[in-house]
Amino acid sequence: MVNPLLPWIAFFSPLAACLLITLFTLRSKSSSALLAILGILTSFICTLLMAIAIFSSHPALEFQQSMPWIQFDALTINFGVLVNPLAIMMLLVVTGVGSAIFIYSKGYMADDTSASRFFAFLSLFAFSMIGIVLSNNFIQLFIFWELVGVSSYLLISFWYEKKSAADAGVKAFMVNRFADFGFLSGILLLWSVSDVGHGRSFAFTDLAQSIGHIDPALLGVIGLLVFCGVVGKSAQVPLHVWLPDAMEGPTPVSALIHAATMVAAGIYLLARTFFIFESLTDVLYIIACVGVVTALMAATLAIVEDDIKRILAYSTLSQLGYMVMALGLGGPLQGMYHLTTHAFFKALLFLGAGSVIYALHHEQNIWKMQGLLKKLPITGITFLIGTLALCGIFPLSGFWSKDEILSLAADRNVVLYWIATLTGGLTAFYMGRLFWIAFWSKPAIEKHGHETHESPAVMTMPLVFLAILSVIGGFIGIPHFLYPESEHLTLNITVALTSSIIALLGLGLSYMIYSRRPSREPLEKKLGVIYTLLKNKYYFDALYSWYVNSLQQGFAKLLSWFEKIFIVNLGVHGITHTAKTIGNTLRRLQTGLVQFYASIFVLGAVFLFIALVRNL
Amino acid sequence: MMIPCPLSLILLFPTLGMISIFFVPSKNSSLIRRIATTALLLPFLLSIWVFTSYNHIAGGFQFVENIPWVVPFGISYHLGVDGINSLLALLVGLGSFTACLASASIKDRIKEYYIFLLLTVIGTYGAFLSLDIFFFYFLHEIATVPVFLLIGIWGSKYRDYAAMKLTLYLTAGASLALIGLIALYNATGLQTFDLVQIQQHLINHPIPVAVQNWIFPLITVGFGITLTLWPFHTWAPVGYAEAPTAISMLHAGVLKKLGAYAIIRFAISLMPEAAHTWMPIVAGLAVVNILFCGLVALTQRDLKYILGYSSCSHMGYILLGLACLNVIGLNGVVFLMFAHGVMATLAFALTGFVTDQTNTRNLDELGGLGKRLPFIGVCFSMAALASAGVPGFGNFVSEIMVLLGAWDQYCLYTVLAILGIVITAIYMLKVIRLGFHGPLNPRLPSVLDAQTPLAKLPFVLLLAALIIVGCFPTTILKHIDSGTKPIAERIR
Repeated sequence: MVNPLLPWIAFFSPLAACLLITLFTLRSKSSSALLAILGILTSFICTLLMAIAIFSSHPALEFQQSMPWIQFDALTINFGVLVNPLAIMMLLVVTGVGSAIFIYSKGYMADDTSASRFFAFLSLFAFSMIGIVLSNNFIQLFIFWELVGVSSYLLISFWYEKKSAADAGVKAFMVNRFADFGFLSGILLLWSVSDVGHGRSFAFTDLAQSIGHIDPALLGVIGLLVFCGVVGKSAQVPLHVWLPDAMEGPTPVSALIHAATMVAAGIYLLARTFFIFESLTDVLYIIACVGVVTALMAATLAIVEDDIKRILAYSTLSQLGYMVMALGLGGPLQGMYHLTTHAFFKALLFLGAGSVIYALHHEQNIWKMQGLLKKLPITGITFLIGTLALCGIFPLSGFWSKDEILSLAADRNVVLYWIATLTGGLTAFYMGRLFWIAFWSKPAIEKHGHETHESPAVMTMPLVFLAILSVIGGFIGIPHFLYPESEHLTLNITVALTSSIIALLGLGLSYMIYSRRPSREPLEKKLGVIYTLLKNKYYFDALYSWYVNSLQQGFAKLLSWFEKIFIVNLGVHGITHTAKTIGNTLRRLQTGLVQFYASIFVLGAVFLFIALVRNL
Repeated sequence: MMIPCPLSLILLFPTLGMISIFFVPSKNSSLIRRIATTALLLPFLLSIWVFTSYNHIAGGFQFVENIPWVVPFGISYHLGVDGINSLLALLVGLGSFTACLASASIKDRIKEYYIFLLLTVIGTYGAFLSLDIFFFYFLHEIATVPVFLLIGIWGSKYRDYAAMKLTLYLTAGASLALIGLIALYNATGLQTFDLVQIQQHLINHPIPVAVQNWIFPLITVGFGITLTLWPFHTWAPVGYAEAPTAISMLHAGVLKKLGAYAIIRFAISLMPEAAHTWMPIVAGLAVVNILFCGLVALTQRDLKYILGYSSCSHMGYILLGLACLNVIGLNGVVFLMFAHGVMATLAFALTGFVTDQTNTRNLDELGGLGKRLPFIGVCFSMAALASAGVPGFGNFVSEIMVLLGAWDQYCLYTVLAILGIVITAIYMLKVIRLGFHGPLNPRLPSVLDAQTPLAKLPFVLLLAALIIVGCFPTTILKHIDSGTKPIAERIR
């Protein structure tokens, strides 16, 4: 039995932290940090307690509690929680990885004057993210979905005096908004056709039972619209453009929001509402294709990137593509498994990058880093572990979860399988490139007074914690916990061997090119035109900025002009002008000359006389 | 606690305040300000009291005061509140009190300024509280006329044009509506302007549909002009832009809602058959409002013009909600009237603050104000997010209800209306980005954030209201629902 208060405490303690910070501790950085950490730790502990209760019961528990939020005769929208193994697993990721990142942030943000604001925003984000995980209906989920978008906006543009950071925040928010336009339409459409016995409903459990009554074609449209939301939040092609720019935010934000949790919310949404998609083979096929295209495209972009955080961002995109592909191939289990392990090692990599950036005084270009493995041993070794896990090297966690996805693909769609496997090679190549350039080579000779030190313990402890998780993630029964009733997964030896060999080839190739640390990028010559194409990110950004600045703004200007010319000048001023002209004309008649009046009088009389005579 | 005749008291306090300001020498500006503030604080508190003690389970009109006045024409001093106007009276209270606090930057002809301001507020309160159609119309005009002077005298650069345009438009609308109301008066054959009696009578003796069909558009378009119905919206952006801060707040936030209120009370509720004929056209125009004005807002560089077009765009949701002719839509509309009212009041108050500090409203001349005006910056960001329909603020709740209400009848329009929310986000984030984020514009004069609790009070009050109704919608939804239920039954 789960204590019914636990999900609510887990839900609201970060919000409480956020409010307390905003109201009382804005001037004290350390107490703000403490409050935020307390908030997320409370959530984590509650989640652990729930996990133990759920894991020890057979069959797996699922329970929900809700209360009305909006209620009158014609409409009820509830506010509630739906707790099941899937939600608990996601919650463990959010609060567990979250706790590590919150603690790390205390060190990373120690010198920032607005650290209190940072922790308030971070807590707000945690609250919103937990809201997505626990929501038991679509409207509530959408509410927190939007709040996550807002907190992401606030955190990306945290250093808002910087033009690029402010722009990146706006971009992230707008791309997500645009995607949510589809998502919200989908929610409304689903609601309008839902018939759950007592009218319409937004609740997942109600909808899951009655989904069969909906016309398949209409359900297909709903599925695609809901997937729009996923494309935005999980940054799939063609709406992936915001994520690399989002790296303008402080690094812990990139780790928490743009690697481990928020961007994974889309995957979670698909898994949570998989009952909609289960029967929609065409829609699932589209989803799988979007996923694999994202995986491949992002991996190619990561190869030519020089900014350490952006490389990781493209890698995140690519891995999210894997997860979306898994869902599209009908494997929510595989997708969620990879989501979990990815959260461990990607958060680790980002925090490692943050540690490097911290040590190098905000240097992010990998070509300006050298021999970090020796100078920052803990960061270096944990970063290596993260890299290997991401590349899917046996026996680290990434190996197991990626293998599940590849086995699934080999089973369902051979083309997708091969693309995904080759993408694994690219993954190993760009991660290898990053590692050899920044960490491997000999340390540069230091200028006096600029010595590079390992980060403080408050930052390295979370690294070690996440590194441990990245190592053991494949052995702690995550798949079983996620879907207790599903049969045990078995290792597909052929798939595992193929992907391992390709990953090692990727690492080896990058070693050959980069281990001796060429002074400039050798790929530039070798790839030629392709290099230019990649450097320009396939021209997506150019296309969008053309759309926003020329097309959309042009259309808006056209309307503005229409308003000025037709409504104001011709319409309003036209009427007033006509009135004035008539008035002016009539005024002329009033000349004040007696002769004029007399002649008018005579003319009128003559006119009347003729008229009368005619009639006679 | 029981207060006798609370509604009359609400009207009495500002009237007393106005009269006493007459007798204060104009040099004594601090006394004038104090009198005006008190004369608006007391009715604000009373409106809170009325709202909280309104019994929404019993429903109907409460706190009724009815004194016959011109008996032969059936004109009476008839006040009363139901779930709808008890909430809107609260909006007037909130808007007028904060507008008064935001008038501190007015420095010349203070005496006249506050007299006109109080007169406008009296008219607005009276129109919302009155259950007599004659008095409604009369007080609505009382509220409109001083606005002409307030803009014309205390406005900014193009105040003459703006004041004239706004007043001519509103008067034209009001005259159209007047024809409609007189026709309505004749059509009932009751010889009374009393709304309650007319409502009772029409339940069993509805106006013939042919008659309804030509009265309805007169009233709807007439009051629709107040509500910036496209293409009669062009008075609003320029009017709000040139008006002094308090008037922009009061007009965009509160006075405008009189239009929607009148359409609910007189058009939809009394002529339901015609409503079903005409409202689909209104729904179409509503979408034009949302998208057209939203896109035009994208091209503006002047802060107040952006807010003005934004306000026109948001009125589209109110119009769309009215066109739903069902409970969800109506509840959404009344909720949105309150939420948008508070948000618009807040946004114009903040803009006024920024303009007073920087002497410019042009976004290109602002930039990076967040560091210098942290409090105002935070409030502005929250107002912008509320306007963009972010959950947690009242606007989201009401927009969702309007969309849900509209979906069945106007599926395509609803989707376009959702697109409108995206457009709002674009220009609102642009305002934040260009005004408050980015590097500080070096040419800006030195600016001072709101320091004292009194200076922060209006912003805090308005934000608190937005957040409370956004997080706990039932606080006002119970009232709204009790008010719209009888109307929804009539239009079924």
